[in-house]
Order: sequence, then C-alpha cells, then structure tokens
Amino acid sequence: MGILIQATYFLAAALFILGLKQMSSPVTARRGIHWAGVGMVLATLVTFLAPELSENPQAVTNYILIIIAIAIGGGYAWVTGKKVAMTDMPQMIAMYNGMGGGAAATIAAVELLKAQGEVAAGAEPASLLGAFGLETLNAAPTSISEAMGTDITILAILGAIIGTIAFSGSIIAWAKLDGRLNTSKLLPQQQLINLVLALVMIGFGVAVFFTGDLMPIVVFFALALILGVFITVPVGGADMPVIISLFNALTGLAVGFEGYVLGNAAMIIAGTVVGSAGTLLTHLMAKAMNRSVSNVFFSGFGTTQVASAGAVEGGGSMKEIQGQDVGIMMAYASQVVIIPGYGMAVAQAQHKVWELTQLLIEKGVKVKFAIHPVAGRMPGHMNVLLAEAGVPYDLIYDMEDINADFQNTTVTLVIGANDVVNPAAKNDPSSPLFGMPILNAEQSDNVIVIKRGRGTGFSGVENPLFLLDNTRMLFGDGQKAVNELIQAVKEL
Amino acid sequence: MIEGLAALYIFMLAGFTGFEIISKVPVILHTPLMSGSNFVHGIVLVGAMIALGIAENPTQQAIGFIAVLLAAGNAVGGYVVTERMLEMFKASDKKGAAGEKK
Repeated sequence: MGILIQATYFLAAALFILGLKQMSSPVTARRGIHWAGVGMVLATLVTFLAPELSENPQAVTNYILIIIAIAIGGGYAWVTGKKVAMTDMPQMIAMYNGMGGGAAATIAAVELLKAQGEVAAGAEPASLLGAFGLETLNAAPTSISEAMGTDITILAILGAIIGTIAFSGSIIAWAKLDGRLNTSKLLPQQQLINLVLALVMIGFGVAVFFTGDLMPIVVFFALALILGVFITVPVGGADMPVIISLFNALTGLAVGFEGYVLGNAAMIIAGTVVGSAGTLLTHLMAKAMNRSVSNVFFSGFGTTQVASAGAVEGGGSMKEIQGQDVGIMMAYASQVVIIPGYGMAVAQAQHKVWELTQLLIEKGVKVKFAIHPVAGRMPGHMNVLLAEAGVPYDLIYDMEDINADFQNTTVTLVIGANDVVNPAAKNDPSSPLFGMPILNAEQSDNVIVIKRGRGTGFSGVENPLFLLDNTRMLFGDGQKAVNELIQAVKEL
Repeated sequence: MIEGLAALYIFMLAGFTGFEIISKVPVILHTPLMSGSNFVHGIVLVGAMIALGIAENPTQQAIGFIAVLLAAGNAVGGYVVTERMLEMFKASDKKGAAGEKK
C-alpha cells in the first residue's frame, strides 16, 4: 500500500511539473492544465488509502468529515469558478490562493496542537513514574520542538507564518479588487506597527518552539492573521498584481514546508516549484512597473502622490470630443493603436472593441493593440480578455515592440487605461509613477481617451496626457462609447 | 520518510525547476500560468486530508475540517478558472479560420 501511495505521489509531482511546462506555451497550455488535473485527482484518491487515516481510531468520522469538507469547499469553488466573469478573474485567483494558504496554515495548526497535546499528556505520567523511582525509556517531551523534532517544528512554524499571512492578505486583496474595501489607510505609522507586530509574532513563534503551552500557539496565529491584513491594506491598487503573485508564491512555499512536516514529497515538490516560479513571476512584474517588491510592500503607494497631483494641474484642460468625430477620424486614419486597460474590462467592452477593429480593418486601416505588461489587474489580463473576444494574436503587441511605432500612428485609442500611458512616469520626478516604463501614446498624432469620468485612475495619480493638445476625451462607459464609434464608422 | 539533506536537495531542485519553467513564458500566458501554479499548490489538499485524518479530538477535527475545506476550494477553483482561461486561448489559436467566418 505504501509503495502504491508513494508511486502515485511521484507520478502526480511529475504531472504537475510537465503540466506547468506545457502551460508556458499557448499551443500546449490546455493539455498542461489537464495533466496537472489528472495528477491532482490521482493524488487525492490515493490519499484516502493512507495508513495514517485508516489506522486512526477516529477513522470513520474523519473519512466522513473529509468527504463533506471536499464536497463543500470544492462545490463552492466549482460554482464560483464557473460563474465568475473574466474581468473578475484576478480577485478570484486571489481568493482561491488565500484558501490554499489558509489550508497550509491550518495543517501546521493541527500538527502543532497534536504535539502540544503530547507534551501536556506526557507531563503527568512522567511525574507518576518518577514517584516510583522508575526511569522512562523515552523521556516524555517537554516542549513542542522535542515532540516534533527541531527541523520539523521550525518548518511547521515558518509554513504557518507564511500560510497565514498569505491567507488573510489574499482575502484583503480580493476585497480590494472586488470593490468591497476601498481604504488604503489603516493606522498612522503603519510600517512601524507592522514591524513591531512581526517581531512580537516571531517572539511567540519562538515561544511555541520552546514550550508546550496552548496559549502561544493561539496568540501566534492571531498575530499572523492580523499581520497579513496590515501588510495588504496599504498596498495601492496598481500594485495589486504584484501582491497576488507574491501571495501565490508564498502559499506555494508554505505548502512545501508543510509537505516536509508531513513527509509528503508531492507537496514539497509542487509547493517549492510554485514558490520559485511565483517568486520569479513577481519579480518580473515588479520590474515591469519599475518598483522593487519591497517597495511595493513598504512604501504605501497611496500616501505620496497627493502633493504631486496638485503640481500637474494648471498645465491645460481636458478637451472633450464626440463619438461621431472619433469614428470619422479613425476610419480615415492610416494606423490606429488601441490601448486597453482595466476600464475596458469593467465595461465588458472587449467584444465591441473587436467589432470596431474588424470594421476598421475592412476600411483598410492598420489596427494594432498595445498591451502594457501590467495593464489591468494582472500581467496578461488584457490578453485573456482580447482572446476571449476573438482578437488574433498577431494584432497584439507588447510594449517593447510597439513603442517606436506610436510616431507613425494617426489615432491612439486609450480605453480605460490610465497609469500605463501617463507621461509623468517619464518626465516628472515627483510623480509616484516616475521611472515606470509606459506606452508612448502621446507621440501619436491624435490621442483619444475613453474614460468614465474626470477622476484619477486606480492608483490615484493625475495624468498629464489628458491635458495635452493632441488629446481628446470621450467621456462615458467604455462599451457605450465604443458602440458610438462602431455606429459612426458604419455610417460612413 | 523524507528527511534532512534529502529534503534539502528536493527543495533546491524543485526551486530551480520552477525558475526554469517560468523563465520561458510569453507575457500573454502570465495570468493563466499564475492561475495554473495556484492550482498546483492545491496539492495542499493531500496534506489537509492527512491532517484531518490523523486528528484525534474534536478541536483537531474542526481545524482539520477547515483545512480540507479550504484546500478543496484552492484545488477545484484553481482548476476551473485556469481551464476556462486556457479554453479561450485554444479558440484564438485557430483564429485564422474563426476570424474569416465572421
């Protein structure tokens, strides 16, 4: 039985790695997730046979509990996962990721509590034996680390910290992206409080290691939960992709650590692979935004730009334009570049945008899509949406490939994007965006910005692009606005 | 079972594997890949089942129950969402044919 289980875990780990590998190419990506899925089903099924489960006196109750829990948790995720709109994908991933982190943390909790139980139970018989002057063969453990072993305890505690922070942090990330939590300010001196909190938490972690009491375990987990919230709340919306990716990596790491605690090779391998892949992905994303990961966490994006926002004003005013005129302008353009952003996602305008694109192509206009690495809420978010609408790959360009081409562009249409076309990132050192690579929309002959209102974008930073002489604003919901353009082009 | 140095080697090799896999991914697949890797750490379900399986009293069972619940959500949700995203990518691979039909 043991061999069968181990062999299955081995197979599952191999399927995960091969699956992830295949997911890195569009051609094989779908097969990749299927392979990984097969690995997951096999690993789950074979775990029911594990002797740790069947030899437990509580086996029957526990089996029933396991099945119920899988049914509820899996059922909930199945329904929400099937239902969620493509635009809400990022927060859903954050949510599922948080659940994984929470699971890793609760595994650590069960292990620590079991060890704590052994210490508490061991205390009495030992003294009883001592009274008779007998020596026990194996001295009862006096601390959790003695009961579990040094290495296992350390990794259990580390996994608990990481998993718990990923759990509560991901829930906050979900709430922020889902519009349920709009504040970025929690307490004054948040960074200092977080630091103190982290140190106190580590202190309790050490206490868990050296004692056998219940209290430090409880306080330790409570502090880690709070810390996850405190770390994530101040992070600005523009940095959310980095945070989600980081929590994804952290959950992987926590899973790997708890895999060591349980002696489960599949968890160690899968968790560590995700941990390192996720770390690299996080780094790539942060680099694309010209921000280091520590910067994202510790600078509090929402706090510095208030001053610079005022400095930009007075440089001009926004000039409005009607959809009719934009349609004509685009129909007679030689080249149109479309820059989609999160606003397009919110308005569900991607299908209309593709319809407009097809009309323009029929009229002989060259149409290109320019995707900033961090457009939307996650890297590749816009690509997913455009793919959903049926836009072919060869019209979609990365930032590096299109930036030189804006000079040859008659009309650049910005739909619901803001920070990724903010020229302040290039020429205003006081801007919080300064240094971030952007799409050079302002270099095209005309810039049309479709925007819901006059407010600032998700990051709260003023955009001088809107005030330029060659920029016209088309206010309104993205889908309606694009509809107007379609009508205008059709009528020609 | 897997202890000490052996585990250290596994950690190291798995770590390099993760780096290798993602360093060759085009930007367009970053979101699905993040989602896919999110699914893969759903393997925590296996650990959660063991944690609940070895529980001996109601407190441990309650916590283990939560562990399995959360882990199942991670695994199933991660799969469904990734599948849905990649399904669209498959459709657009054949865009030549699909685009002309319209």
